[in-house]
Amino acid sequence: MADQAGAQNAAQSPRTAVVIGGNRIPFARAGGAYAYSSNKDMLIAALDGLVARFGLQGERIGEVAAGAVLKHSRDFNLTREAVLGSALSPQTPAYDLQQACATGLETVVGLSNKIKLGQIESGIAGGVDSASDAPIAVSEGLRRVLLDLSRAKTTPQKLRILSTLRPKDLSPNAPGTGEPRTGLSMGEHQAITTAAWKITREAQDELAYRSHHNLAAAYERGFFSDLMTPYRGLTRDANLRADTSLEKLATLKPVFGKGLDTPATMTAGNSTPLTDGAALVLLGSEEYATANNLPMLANIVDAEAAAVDFVHGEEGLLMGGVHAVPRLLERNGLTLDDFDFFEIHEAFAGTVLSALAAWEDEDYCKRVLGLDGALGSIDRSRLNVHGSSLAAGHPFAATGGRIVASLAKTLSEQGGRGLISICAAGGQGVVAILEARN
Amino acid sequence: MADTYLDLVNTPLPARIAKALGLPRPSVLRRYTPGEVLASKPVLVAGSGPGADALAEELLGWDIEVRRHVLPGEKLSAAVVVLDGATRPTDLAAPMLELGQAVRMLVAGGRVVGVFRSSTDASGPTEAAARQGIDGAIRSVAHELRGGATANGIILRGDTTTTDPTTLGALRFLLSGKSAYVDGQFIEVRSAPAESIADLAASTTAAGEGVPDQPLARKTAVVTGAARGIGAKIAEVLARDGARIVAVDVPAAGEQLVEVANRVGGTALQLDITEPDAGARILDHVGRRFGRLDILVHNAGITRDKLLANMDASRWDSVIAVNIASQLRMNEQVLASPVFSDTGRIVSLASTSGIAGNRGQSNYAASKAGVIGMVRAQAAVFDGAGRTINAVAPGFIETDMTAKIPALTRQVARRLSSLQQGGLPVDVAETIAFLASDAAAGVNGQVVRVCGQNLVGA
Repeated sequence: MADQAGAQNAAQSPRTAVVIGGNRIPFARAGGAYAYSSNKDMLIAALDGLVARFGLQGERIGEVAAGAVLKHSRDFNLTREAVLGSALSPQTPAYDLQQACATGLETVVGLSNKIKLGQIESGIAGGVDSASDAPIAVSEGLRRVLLDLSRAKTTPQKLRILSTLRPKDLSPNAPGTGEPRTGLSMGEHQAITTAAWKITREAQDELAYRSHHNLAAAYERGFFSDLMTPYRGLTRDANLRADTSLEKLATLKPVFGKGLDTPATMTAGNSTPLTDGAALVLLGSEEYATANNLPMLANIVDAEAAAVDFVHGEEGLLMGGVHAVPRLLERNGLTLDDFDFFEIHEAFAGTVLSALAAWEDEDYCKRVLGLDGALGSIDRSRLNVHGSSLAAGHPFAATGGRIVASLAKTLSEQGGRGLISICAAGGQGVVAILEARN
Repeated sequence: MADTYLDLVNTPLPARIAKALGLPRPSVLRRYTPGEVLASKPVLVAGSGPGADALAEELLGWDIEVRRHVLPGEKLSAAVVVLDGATRPTDLAAPMLELGQAVRMLVAGGRVVGVFRSSTDASGPTEAAARQGIDGAIRSVAHELRGGATANGIILRGDTTTTDPTTLGALRFLLSGKSAYVDGQFIEVRSAPAESIADLAASTTAAGEGVPDQPLARKTAVVTGAARGIGAKIAEVLARDGARIVAVDVPAAGEQLVEVANRVGGTALQLDITEPDAGARILDHVGRRFGRLDILVHNAGITRDKLLANMDASRWDSVIAVNIASQLRMNEQVLASPVFSDTGRIVSLASTSGIAGNRGQSNYAASKAGVIGMVRAQAAVFDGAGRTINAVAPGFIETDMTAKIPALTRQVARRLSSLQQGGLPVDVAETIAFLASDAAAGVNGQVVRVCGQNLVGA
């Protein structure tokens, strides 16, 4: 029944969009190996690696879409500039996209839709982020003064404007991960959700432990040899702790949720650190892949975005994906049981565990998601089987590309169907379905 | 690594000083550039008999001015001594003495090529003595030549004629700048089956206008260890000659591998060749993307030097695993696969250390001598069936690896060859490109040294 419905949905699409492959650079901890690499540097490195893997030198790709969350104003055309710095044809068009942590996945969705519509035959989607090379802005006071100065004509005017400058105006504005409307950091927001769903410290540490061990095992068996190209001497994700243990994770002090009346459970071990990196996937029509003798790892079936009202406290900030998944499943006539692999982005261990708890909660699913009952539960052995952001790190816009490429390769090796869910700032979430080709 | 002495000694005043002091005076070698003129001055074809006559006739067709005798005062680009009819040691005198006169007239970067038959195929001791004698004489000429000139030989096996396509292919290579650092070497050639040299006519006969710039066009070549050094240069030269490159190296070298792949318009394949499925993964990639594997260059290699007395198992084992065990395993998988072309070429990197041995390199020499053994045994299996396997043994080549040798030792090592300088990675790559081409269809089981006639193991 479910399979028929899935096939029916695929039949509605004019064409099939496939994942051909991917490339990312290892993710570095902020201030680490890529401390002096810009978003453009890293995006070019990821592009050139993808070009080399598939022999795309000088080729005009249909379109390249990528983005960065932390972005300098000079990088307004980041992706196009990266294309011009890469081995691709300079005639390859490109655009920037920004949807916080969902940026990478949304570029995949956008370009796969263009492929399905026949607007393009090939596309490269993904993203990059540097928490090290973050833009620092001047204070609002200094900015005003500088703009006024540029418009002043006479020396007395200029002096008058300068005299309005106050010492506090000279301190710069560094970017933060705080939500503009609540002033709370993402971690503090998640701490509220984690506490609301009564997620224990042990469960969070267990998830982090599995993430590290799954990622380490994937490296061990060479899973990333055709998904990654080393950069600046880094050959593996710098955040990976292959030897971490539940005991070690248990020793870490909580960092978020210390102001709540429940015990604080979120530590540096079960939260993702600030990270630098870039990830891309090569997409194409079946015709493009066949004509160029390129592999087809998986089909991109469908996607859905959702947003929640976290501002008024009605829902947790990172619960967007929780709302998007049931809508996507319904449209495709699928249930959670129809999936073999789940990729739920580990912004925090608590984010994943809150989502799982929410989908298992009959009352919540009925009341908030408008379902007839609980959405269902997920077999942990099918969750983030090659590790996720807790181990790999999370350069915001790069995470979507990392997940899509890894899941597509997993599906090509083991068959089946995969679900991706990525939460994002602003109460948003983007989710997608990938399917093996046979 | 720049050879500053070579640069210095090729400027006027230091050149005079070096000459006065009797110091080595290495020349800047004549290396290949696309569109090169094979011989700007006349070429002497010494020797009498139908083999010499036929070859002289052939060279005329290459747009070369051919002389059968040295003319007083006339410079020569090359001298080809054809001795395929020599049956007694006394047959050598006239042509060799003629060559002696030619050597005086040889331009800088000139070439001497001896063409003769193999003593292995001789009818008896007298004929064998004559044939082996030519070998010794040519080697000595190589030692005597100056000005970046080289002397090499083509040994005709069986009934192979002086104008067989495969003979001409080897001759063209030895006359060209592609063999700049090949000196004192002998390449055995055997008439190749017609089907294995489909494009040979186009690639060797109609010289001047007809020689394609891309003798490896439409061929797919896998180069292991392609991220840097000699491997990167091999990828470049094979790509220049028209081959589609699959550049292979360990995942950790991926960043440099990407640069090479993008420079040559090839694909980068990150894998560890010591993994059991390395050959299968290469075949899978090549089969899917290009359908057929034509050229496999086993270049990847490592050194873990220690005197044998201080050697540990990990040093020994890792060198054997990378340098020879991986090649044997990959060859087994490649040869069993329909993806490998019926006229496929395998070229393996050996080393002069594998021929002569080298202090501190017992493990490395074992692996590289092993390569030579493998190549000869596999060649015997291929014999005449269309596929070939050969080895190239580099001598002192200017790479990051040799740049780590202490300065004085490095200077001495450079001068220990007839060309009195180290070779460049491109010299090794050119020889590999030749062995990978249709022109070398009749070259099988050979170990060609690219060493400037290094005194070690000569």
